[in-house]
Amino acid sequence: MDNYIWLIPVLPLAGFVINGLGRNSLSKNIIGAIGSLLVLAAFGISLATFFQIRSTGASIDVTLFNWISVGSFNISFSFLIDQLSSIMLLIITGVGFLIHLYSIGYMHDDKGFGKFFAYLNLFVFFMLLLVMGSNYVIMFIGWEGVGLCSYLLIGFWYTNPSYADAAKKAFIMNRIGDLGFLLGIFLLASSFNSVAFADIFPKAASAAGVPFTLITLLLFVGAVGKSAQLPLFTWLPDAMAGPTPVSALIHAATMVTAGVYMIARSNILFVLAPTTMHVVAIVGLATAAFAALIAISQTDIKKVLAYSTVSQLGYMFLGLGMGAFTGAFFHVLTHAFFKALLFLGAGSVIHAMGGEQDMRKMGGLKGKIKITFWTMLIGTLAISGIPPFAGFFSKDEILAHTFEISTSFYVIGVITAGLTSFYMFRMMYLTFWGKFRGTHEQEHHVHESPASMTIPLIVLAILSTIGGFIGIPELMGGHHELEHFLAPVFEGSNKLLLEHHPAASTEWLLMGISVGLAVIALIYAYVKYVKNNHVPVADGEERPELVKLSYHKFYVDEIYDTLIRKPLDAVSVFFYRVIELSGIDGFVNGLGKGSIETSKGLRLLQTGNVGFYIFMMVIGIIAILVYSIFKI
Amino acid sequence: MGSLTNTIQAVPLNHYILLSTIIFSIGVMGVLLRRNAIVIFMSVELMLNSVNLLLTAFSVYRGDASGQVFVFFIMALAAAEVAVGLAIIVMIYRNTNSIDINVLNRLKW
Amino acid sequence: MSTFYFIAFLSIFFSILVISAKNPVHSILYLILTFFTFTIHYILMNAQFLAIVNFIVYMGAILVLFLYTLMLINLNKESEPVKPFMVKLAAVFGAGILMVVLVASLKSLGTSQPVVLKNPDLGLVKNLGKVLFNEFLLPFEVSSVLLLSAMVGAVLLATKDTKATI
Repeated sequence: MDNYIWLIPVLPLAGFVINGLGRNSLSKNIIGAIGSLLVLAAFGISLATFFQIRSTGASIDVTLFNWISVGSFNISFSFLIDQLSSIMLLIITGVGFLIHLYSIGYMHDDKGFGKFFAYLNLFVFFMLLLVMGSNYVIMFIGWEGVGLCSYLLIGFWYTNPSYADAAKKAFIMNRIGDLGFLLGIFLLASSFNSVAFADIFPKAASAAGVPFTLITLLLFVGAVGKSAQLPLFTWLPDAMAGPTPVSALIHAATMVTAGVYMIARSNILFVLAPTTMHVVAIVGLATAAFAALIAISQTDIKKVLAYSTVSQLGYMFLGLGMGAFTGAFFHVLTHAFFKALLFLGAGSVIHAMGGEQDMRKMGGLKGKIKITFWTMLIGTLAISGIPPFAGFFSKDEILAHTFEISTSFYVIGVITAGLTSFYMFRMMYLTFWGKFRGTHEQEHHVHESPASMTIPLIVLAILSTIGGFIGIPELMGGHHELEHFLAPVFEGSNKLLLEHHPAASTEWLLMGISVGLAVIALIYAYVKYVKNNHVPVADGEERPELVKLSYHKFYVDEIYDTLIRKPLDAVSVFFYRVIELSGIDGFVNGLGKGSIETSKGLRLLQTGNVGFYIFMMVIGIIAILVYSIFKI
Repeated sequence: MGSLTNTIQAVPLNHYILLSTIIFSIGVMGVLLRRNAIVIFMSVELMLNSVNLLLTAFSVYRGDASGQVFVFFIMALAAAEVAVGLAIIVMIYRNTNSIDINVLNRLKW
Repeated sequence: MSTFYFIAFLSIFFSILVISAKNPVHSILYLILTFFTFTIHYILMNAQFLAIVNFIVYMGAILVLFLYTLMLINLNKESEPVKPFMVKLAAVFGAGILMVVLVASLKSLGTSQPVVLKNPDLGLVKNLGKVLFNEFLLPFEVSSVLLLSAMVGAVLLATKDTKATI
């Protein structure tokens, strides 16, 4: 089995090459089939690997070749598949396959069909590289690669300038984070003289004089950029400019969770730096609450989902910061299911509406697109944390962990959970209940999506329903299979962390509170948007101050604009006008002009008077002689 | 001849060098002072000969015949130089009707 | 010994006359005298071969060539314009400084042993011939080519360019 590991990333790469080269010559059916089936094949191998690891419990380490070798410092091109990465492989290839399948239907009329599948395959390749790499450098290759694919896919419809700008924004914001990540890797390399996980983690606990806080903070900066946390989260909502399958795959299910994966992977380093853990928790919590507050007033269906993604990622970081690595990773898993489902469902709605994304123009779609409605409802229930859907278990695990450590964090977290429920149901009610608010043409156009789009929805809906059962806490009579499965990965950290075992009654109470809040929010949204038929006002009209603040995303973009972009522009203009034009250009031009003027003056010395020439020659000889005498 | 050569034996080498230097400088002065191309040429010959003298003195001082052979070569060279140089002067005179070197300021920019 | 200083004085005296004489013909005649004193210097050092060559080639051939050219050109006495005083001063200063510098560098040399004729036969034709045709055979042959090319060049320069005028 080990010999076939390399096929997992290579298959999507082959798909990229074939689709990339044949994007104009191959027919759409063939391109779609190649793109999807190769990912499916990778999924098959991943599944086999997963079961092998499950039965043996041993991780697989495959070295393909020795890549960089400088003195005693070696970086090998090798893959490490353990419990953590095998699950990530399943998410990437499994959800990836479903989204490829969905894209066949969704992108069917697009001119860039072949290009889209090529990029999508390339993305899967890099993402697989990211999770399979057995050292930080391979991980970084994947990390950069997915950033590139994200850029390419956000700007897929690059003829629209604002989409192209969104792509650039995402790339630049990621770059800030990547710099931190890279510095972290350098620091690790200089501290441990290796970048391989297998070398660093076992030594970490006993290593002396290693600046863990700095290293982990830098790594966390990388995670902040990639996973869209405060203060670098603004790129993710803008990234919705890309096609919806892209939003589902890259900006919900896989790439944005890379930061969580990376921290979960380096858990031992973070546990050794308590300060960073606090920072992670605070940033995560703040992001979760902040994004939820923004999401409650958005009117674009994809924007609501984007902010909910940011918010859920915040939860994951909260869990990481609290030391609930299993919980955070559990949330990555369930989030991949239900958020992919919601995005694909939203895509289906947009498809039905003929490209309309504004919820104010939707409504009453419940009866017209039944499959989409029911699957999205499951997704919404899952994200809102209503049992027995997947989101409940994972979110509750994080919140329970939080409660054990800090009550105030828990309160904010649970209120955010209520907000989540509110804005998600607000989206559902606005979209599917009430009367249709769009034009007549759109009303006629509304139709259910083709099978290639609905099948992924159904599969993901099933997964969102039952996905949580792999982590049923022992309290409810389950075994928490995931925790046992992942135990070897977090073994080192769990030894260092204090064990908390709240009383059973407390745990039941916590569950009750979060479910209760979610249900109250659900009902409140129902009353507001269904009973009272409230519709968010049009752009030009006045809103209450708080809603306005939320609708305009707390003016974060504007603040960044004023604080960073404008001073930077001013500095650039200054450097261009003063330093470049008059300084550097002036200097260079001055040299040129100076030599021209000097030679114009010196030219007059060339009188043609031979006597004068000879005289000068004699003077020169004298000078040389004088110099040599006094030198000696 | 024998008595003549014996008299020289007490002359310090520095005096030969001094003599050559003086004559060389006079040659330089001639080049700088005069405008007649032929006189300048003669000054150059003066300089060449001062060097010849010095070479011979060194040759005798060190007891090595190579110095004198070199003087012989310099004389051959001087002969060639004078032949060509005077030919050029004749050409200049033919074209400009003068041998003043200031007429040659066509070398100017 | 005093012979040397007397001849040296004559050399300097005549060479000054060479550059100061108004008439170029006089200059040449003084130059012949200067070279004659040089010949005596060579004899004093028992460099007989050089003395003879200097006498025949320089005084006999080269200076006659000078004279011949001068007569060919047929210059008037006053044809040479007088240079401005400042230029003359500058020239004298330049040459003077050059001499001072050369003498100064000579001082730093510090050698002042008398010139002793270790081998009286050094400058004789027999001895020089051996050196010339053994060690310096190739340069000797090359110098013949040099003289040949100089002759061709001189002839080429001095003949009127008939082709260009046609």
